[in-house]
Amino acid sequence: MNLTLKIWRQAGPRAQGEMVTYPVTDISEDMSFLEMLDVLNEQLNARGEEPIAFDSDCREGICGMCGLMISGQAHGPEVTTTCQLHMRSFKDGDEITVEPWRADAFPVIKDLVVDRSSFDRIIQAGGFISANTGSAPEAHSVPVPKPKADRSFMAAACIGCGACVAACPNASGMLFMGAKITHLGELPQGQPERDARVVSMVSTHDHEGFGGCTNVGACADACPKEIPLDVINQLNKDLRRALMHGE
Amino acid sequence: MATNTLPRTGQISARRTTVFMKLLMALSGALFVFYVLLHMYGNLKIFAGVEAFDEYAYHLRTILTPILPFGGFLWLFRALLVVALVAHAWSAFYLWSKAQGARKTRYVAKQAAKRTLKTKWMRWGGVALLLFLVWHLLQFTILKFNVGPDAVGDSPGKLVISSFQVWWVVLIYLLALVALGLHLYHGVWSATQTLGWAGGVRSRRNAKATATVIALVTSIGFALPPLAILFGFVKGN
Ligand code: SF4
Ligand code: FES
Repeated sequence: MNLTLKIWRQAGPRAQGEMVTYPVTDISEDMSFLEMLDVLNEQLNARGEEPIAFDSDCREGICGMCGLMISGQAHGPEVTTTCQLHMRSFKDGDEITVEPWRADAFPVIKDLVVDRSSFDRIIQAGGFISANTGSAPEAHSVPVPKPKADRSFMAAACIGCGACVAACPNASGMLFMGAKITHLGELPQGQPERDARVVSMVSTHDHEGFGGCTNVGACADACPKEIPLDVINQLNKDLRRALMHGE
Repeated sequence: MATNTLPRTGQISARRTTVFMKLLMALSGALFVFYVLLHMYGNLKIFAGVEAFDEYAYHLRTILTPILPFGGFLWLFRALLVVALVAHAWSAFYLWSKAQGARKTRYVAKQAAKRTLKTKWMRWGGVALLLFLVWHLLQFTILKFNVGPDAVGDSPGKLVISSFQVWWVVLIYLLALVALGLHLYHGVWSATQTLGWAGGVRSRRNAKATATVIALVTSIGFALPPLAILFGFVKGN
């Protein structure tokens, strides 16, 4: 298939960027979106032009490195990561715009690569449990009800890709945070720090320059791991509880 | 990239978060939902005639008398509404400006419009409702000016009937009611989410259903008296 790509090019963090049009030909529909970009980069290389910088790592949908805004949809038209998106989801002759995640908390480093360290700092603020290491207790000594274990596991599927922020009209990171709050909050091990966790994470989130949530739901639609909106419900509830406990 | 840290400034407290702002919005909004339902119910009294309507308006001023002076309860309630309005609008503008600052470079390809439209509706619809509120209060509470054909004296019922014989007044109200309905629909559902009451599949469905019912009942209930008056089903004398 033949496609026209409009791609955001930006030489560096402070450089002025612009959309550049690239025609690509002979794309197999079995290629992933990133493989299609690899093909384009080889052609650019051959012509002596600067290849397009984009992030990827596992290329199997589990690391969360590869987010791209594809024709206005985070990770493109399917519910999956960009690396697991295949060209059969497009039609011959399509014009596709490719942009980096747009959020001031995710500054562009180069072309399509953004810096998502703000997510790391949110996790550092509270996305953990404190436990002594070296003397692992017997696993069965702390019973976890099955529904809670399941819900925790569902929320733990978040790969930190940032599609929720990219898709949100407010550029809010609440789905990402809600996933972590739910993941730890459902488990007995997450209880001692439950109040402090939500307050600390949300404060860091706001400080990093993400927008506030207004319950739009674009995040859950965009999430490749299908994290549901009700994790934000959980986050709100936890914050309300923390407020009542005087945090 | 290795993690790096950004020093956080200011005191960390639940009260200084965007989620707290949403709580403020949800709670003040809940008061308004309660209020518009009451107001809508009161308006329907016009179907029982001008006298019944006037008597109802008078009665509102005698609630809790003689503990409170005449009109005392009404003024207390109004004060509460003003506080709620300030909280609602303040939190809205806070989140609005926060969102503006959170994405200074826009996307070239616009997102699937439906979702973005919702925020636009809440925000611009909210501003429209605020403007409408000013007009509405001037017309029926503060100046009580009569744009209609009838002499009204100081009867609130007659003022209502005279005003809604004018087609453009009815039009303004109908437009405002569309805005109100949409605002209530997203607002009520959103409040349940903010308060943490929509955690499961069933409670989410219930929240959406409640939002739909409240939005429809309120906007239709409010639309009935003006339409009935315009088309001559309810007459002044
Ligand atoms: S919640 Fe979903 S969209 Fe957001 S970072 Fe996690 S996996 Fe990505
Ligand atoms: S490259 Fe790891 S999720 Fe796409």
